[in-house]
Amino acid sequence: MTATQTTPAAKQTDPYLKAFERIERAGASRQPTWLFPLRKAGIARFAELGFPTLKYEDWRFTNVAPIAKLPFKPVFEATRNGLTKDSLTQFPFAKLPGTRLVFVNGIYAAELSTASTQQDIKVGSLAAALTSDSALIEKHLGRYVRTEDNAFAALNNAFFQDGGFVFVPAGKSVAEPLHLLFINTSKDAGATTHPRNLIVVEREAKATVIESYVSLASAATFTNAVTEFALGDNCVVEHCKFQNENTDTFHITALHSHLGHTMNFSSHSIATGAKLSRNNIRTSLDGEGIEAVLNGVYITNGDQLADHHMIVDHARPNCASHEYFNGILAGKSKGVFHGRILVRPDAQKTDAKQTNKNLLLSDEATADAKPQLEIYADDVKCTHGATIGQLNDESIYYLRSRGIGLEMARRMLIHAFAGEIIDRVKHDALREELDAIVWDRLEQHEGVAVGK
Amino acid sequence: MTQPILAIQNLHAGVEEKKILKGINLVIRPGEVHAIMGPNGSGKSTLAAILAGRDAYDVTAGEVIYQGKDLMEMDPEERAREGVFLAFQYPVEIPGVNSTYFLRAALNEHRKHRGEPELDAMEFLTLVKEKMKLLHLPDDLLKRAVNVGFSGGEKKRNEIFQMAVLEPKLSVLDETDSGLDIDALRIVAEGVNKLKRPDNATLLITHYQRLLNYIVPDFVHVLWDGRIAKSGGKELALELEEKGYDWLIKHDVAKA
Repeated sequence: MTATQTTPAAKQTDPYLKAFERIERAGASRQPTWLFPLRKAGIARFAELGFPTLKYEDWRFTNVAPIAKLPFKPVFEATRNGLTKDSLTQFPFAKLPGTRLVFVNGIYAAELSTASTQQDIKVGSLAAALTSDSALIEKHLGRYVRTEDNAFAALNNAFFQDGGFVFVPAGKSVAEPLHLLFINTSKDAGATTHPRNLIVVEREAKATVIESYVSLASAATFTNAVTEFALGDNCVVEHCKFQNENTDTFHITALHSHLGHTMNFSSHSIATGAKLSRNNIRTSLDGEGIEAVLNGVYITNGDQLADHHMIVDHARPNCASHEYFNGILAGKSKGVFHGRILVRPDAQKTDAKQTNKNLLLSDEATADAKPQLEIYADDVKCTHGATIGQLNDESIYYLRSRGIGLEMARRMLIHAFAGEIIDRVKHDALREELDAIVWDRLEQHEGVAVGK
Repeated sequence: MTQPILAIQNLHAGVEEKKILKGINLVIRPGEVHAIMGPNGSGKSTLAAILAGRDAYDVTAGEVIYQGKDLMEMDPEERAREGVFLAFQYPVEIPGVNSTYFLRAALNEHRKHRGEPELDAMEFLTLVKEKMKLLHLPDDLLKRAVNVGFSGGEKKRNEIFQMAVLEPKLSVLDETDSGLDIDALRIVAEGVNKLKRPDNATLLITHYQRLLNYIVPDFVHVLWDGRIAKSGGKELALELEEKGYDWLIKHDVAKA
């Protein structure tokens, strides 16, 4: 008997390619014709790139081999598993007023959602909008996400079914946050969803978008999401991505944004869940006078890994970008920060700052930081810095000397460290809730608080 | 005689191989103010730190009995809840921890310990308002992070303010006078004097006699090379101020 010779990469991508062929035959007729080339290119790119290995510079701290080894089971069913609208209160931000789109296993669940009452904007399921607003979506979808070096984003292009679609036309403003809530109910190892969000905010418009990922069950599922932001001139957008999937899950997302001139973008990433999470954040500052803040905190325990990989691309003059990421790492968990600031020759007067601070709560927790500046303009202000440390003994002693117990003292200091990030959230109700989430987590997970 | 608040017997302590305290004996009773004076390096701050429960020092011999209990057996937070308060020589800045939150948490720990109900935010603010006036502290202090951005004088006054809120049985003031101008010193001393009661006691640790013009001690002890070389009344401080520590050492040597 002769064994078929296959390269490891090909072996791993095979099930995906086969699944694509099946879906291609079954579903092509139900989607707009312009979409098919995007999918086709996606699967081709994925086949070409394969799963990244530690040999890729961009992946040297994060091993995705366990994802490649999972059986690939694309999920097309939104199994409720007892989920009702009332039971949504168990998830963060459920009590915030405003529009909430609920997606179960990546598929829109109308009966769980609270639709927008605002007539002058569009907020809804992307799958539905592919039919109702095909031309508008064609203009944007897949235009901002970069797949040439991102196999996972390519995979999402090939397989995505649904996700949130937000369109805020020029000059319009949405006061309450628009919440996209992704609930994974699958109990099946390898169950894979490809949520896809498209957020278009036109010139002089204003919006706050929350994107949250949670799970109802515990299984080694795989969430591979892509969110594209097309943000017009002079608009103001605040975005918060909150990830608290179960700690067996693999969670990979791409957040690719295209920013218009003199607009203001702040994007927060709060990562507390998943066994392995990776946020590929790519921000193109392609207009003058932009202010962009990328801000995040990751809080991990056990054998979790949280990775934020950023590229901030300054293409035009007079822009400011600030990145602040704090890691709170307990157990044997690992934090990875990779921040690359690219300043192109035209981008004079760029003001780019980048900080990554890590708090190690145990001897076995680790943090990898790789700040990177790549500057081709000569009149710029760019700084970066990374620190890795422990809780300050002097501070703990001071708090204890006033009667505050050791555990509480540690918790107060960890909370303060997370607060540096949470305080940058501008939306009051959102910030208060995030603050409470961090505090609850520190209270529930004694190990995090005392560094066991 | 009433039970002492603090009784230190033959206390020896140090850091690793280095001996710092070499047999301290000291008894402090309710209502008393004691001052410990001494040159740099005599062990004054070490004594303060050991009383507050800093774990950087090894106690190698002797005992410290606080209100009938072995103080050395208690964690720093237990000591605080039992009524021991250390005003730090260098108060620690804690970014991100709000002063109100911190002090209310501390006070509520004390109240829980005494079996009293916790105070809510409003009750707490009412309580602390008066005490802030006592120390001439700006109203926005409570909104700031603990000691962050405070001037040197504000930090010291903030220590005494915390003491006013927590109402300790035994207050240890570690060089609270250092770095204070005369006005700030007066405010701090006034605060300490107002907090004096027949059932509490104060231990002042200082290098200079200046503070003792404002807070008049009942007893003055001179610490020299890890031992109390001489004890006396308030006039001892004046004598030291006049003649310097050298006088005492020579005096001591001559006596021996």
